[in-house]
Amino acid sequence: MSGYFSSHLRKIWLLYYDGFREMTVGKTLWAIILVKLFLFFVIIKFLFFPNILSRDFDNDRDRADHVRHELLDNPKRFPSHKI
Amino acid sequence: MNDLMTVVDWSRWQFALTAIYHWLFVPLTLGLSLIVAVMESIYLKTKSEKWLAATKFWMTLFGINFAIGVATGLILEFEFGTNWSNYSWFVGDIFGAPLAIEGLVAFFMEATFVAVMFFGWGKVSPRFHLASTWLTWLGASISALWILVANAWMQYPVGMVFDPAQMRNVMDDFWALFSGIAVNKYMHAVFSGWALSGVFVIGVSCWILYKKRNIPFALRSIKVGGWIGLAGLLLTMWTGDGSAVEVTKHQPMKLAAMEGLYHGSVSQGIVAAGIVNPDKTWDNDEDEYIFDIEIPYGLSILAKHDPYAFVPGIADIVNGIDINENGDTVNTVSYAERIRLGKLSHEALRAYDIARASHDEKGMEKAAADLKTYYPYFGYGYFESVDEAIPPVAVTFYAFRVMVILGSYFLLFFIVALFAAYRTDWLQRHKWLQWAAVISIPFMWLCSEAGWMVAEVGRQPWTVQDLLPTKAAISEISSASVITTFWMFAVIFTVLLVAEVSIMLKQINKNSQKNLETDNAH
Repeated sequence: MSGYFSSHLRKIWLLYYDGFREMTVGKTLWAIILVKLFLFFVIIKFLFFPNILSRDFDNDRDRADHVRHELLDNPKRFPSHKI
Repeated sequence: MNDLMTVVDWSRWQFALTAIYHWLFVPLTLGLSLIVAVMESIYLKTKSEKWLAATKFWMTLFGINFAIGVATGLILEFEFGTNWSNYSWFVGDIFGAPLAIEGLVAFFMEATFVAVMFFGWGKVSPRFHLASTWLTWLGASISALWILVANAWMQYPVGMVFDPAQMRNVMDDFWALFSGIAVNKYMHAVFSGWALSGVFVIGVSCWILYKKRNIPFALRSIKVGGWIGLAGLLLTMWTGDGSAVEVTKHQPMKLAAMEGLYHGSVSQGIVAAGIVNPDKTWDNDEDEYIFDIEIPYGLSILAKHDPYAFVPGIADIVNGIDINENGDTVNTVSYAERIRLGKLSHEALRAYDIARASHDEKGMEKAAADLKTYYPYFGYGYFESVDEAIPPVAVTFYAFRVMVILGSYFLLFFIVALFAAYRTDWLQRHKWLQWAAVISIPFMWLCSEAGWMVAEVGRQPWTVQDLLPTKAAISEISSASVITTFWMFAVIFTVLLVAEVSIMLKQINKNSQKNLETDNAH
């Protein structure tokens, strides 16, 4: 049984290994994908796009209270709102 | 407040820019995967090398588009967490579920089967390879389903209740998310991807014809692309009709904006072409159009499938006036009243909070009941005047016409392309037709993007229809950071687009010079 699985795992590994090795235009595309993912996840996500509620609050209750304040009582947003 | 509006405007521009760029790649993935799967099926049935060569030719272009486009949609999710954090929290439970499913499905199906599709030639059985190609198409289509279900919920929020303690909407009926709006929107978007890919295949094939290379291959491709494109376009028109009926029911203000219609009537005509009057508002007597060509009964038929039906205009909706199917004038809730009820819902929510803080169970119960009554108008409570609740009319009006006029052109395009493809010499003799097909390619993208503009600009000022306007959905962040990232995205996405186009052109030029009548082409 384990021989069966290891043989299949080997086939899957070879599919990807040979596939990547034999690529022509694919190599350029993979370079673009890797640069893009680096830009998106390392530069953009961490430096410019934090999840504000996850970053600034420890629990859902605090997050809910913050959004409640933002949606109901923040005079900067809604000057005419009754507070 | 001014800085807030700057943040709202720039965040909207940023989201629009990201979504527009993302949608450059998505429809080609949705349609070209189908075209490739059909070609490979024909190959497996006929065992003809020429179909294998055709499959591989278009599969390479699919791969380029897939690789460049993959993950561009993730940026939209980043923006939810940073620019639109109030929105993310307010809708999280409902919006998050479809997006999470989409992430899992996209990752597992596409990562697995795309790899087999590209790496599996000669390594897996032909049938397994074909199954992988079809599953790649299916994976992309299912992926789109969840995104469009989430988007449809923003247009027509159903299947949830608002929990005042959590300050967010909580899903109470998953299947309600598959509303008429969602089903039509999904099919409309996916079928439009088939049409777009059909135009792409025909355009590229005509360029190959123009170069006098691989003429049988080009004509074969035009036939497959033409039939799939034509089917896609007809189905897009059919689901577009369904969408119009759904919009009339659930977003009548959007329909009125699409038409630039301020005062509706029975047997309402539709403007086939026109210029809206920029000075027209819902409460002045200016003419609606500077110039217009109207098709009698058109809008009544489109909106209600009844040539004699009443279709309300912007002023009618604001004033709460409608006419039912019996011809009786009925009062709907006017916008001034909606604003009042919206503010009452906010008061009820505040009362709930005060009662909860003092552990007043009865007070909480009463406030929750009041909130439930007024909640359908919750978002209107953020407006100071009804003017704020009206979408940008001109953009919606023109985008709708660009979509419909180009859509009609492409119906003719597919008919002519198919007619020409079955008359070999005819297409080769008419060089201008070949060029017209090539030039038509970007117009199909314009048509597709215009459709999204109608859907999204027409929904304004809402992020979630009637419940959360954009100005309430936005995070309190600095406008400078949003402006910076806007330009950063503009550069990144433009570079990606240039890369896509240049790699594709290079591959099309290179591969079309090979003999595409045999598998040795690749």
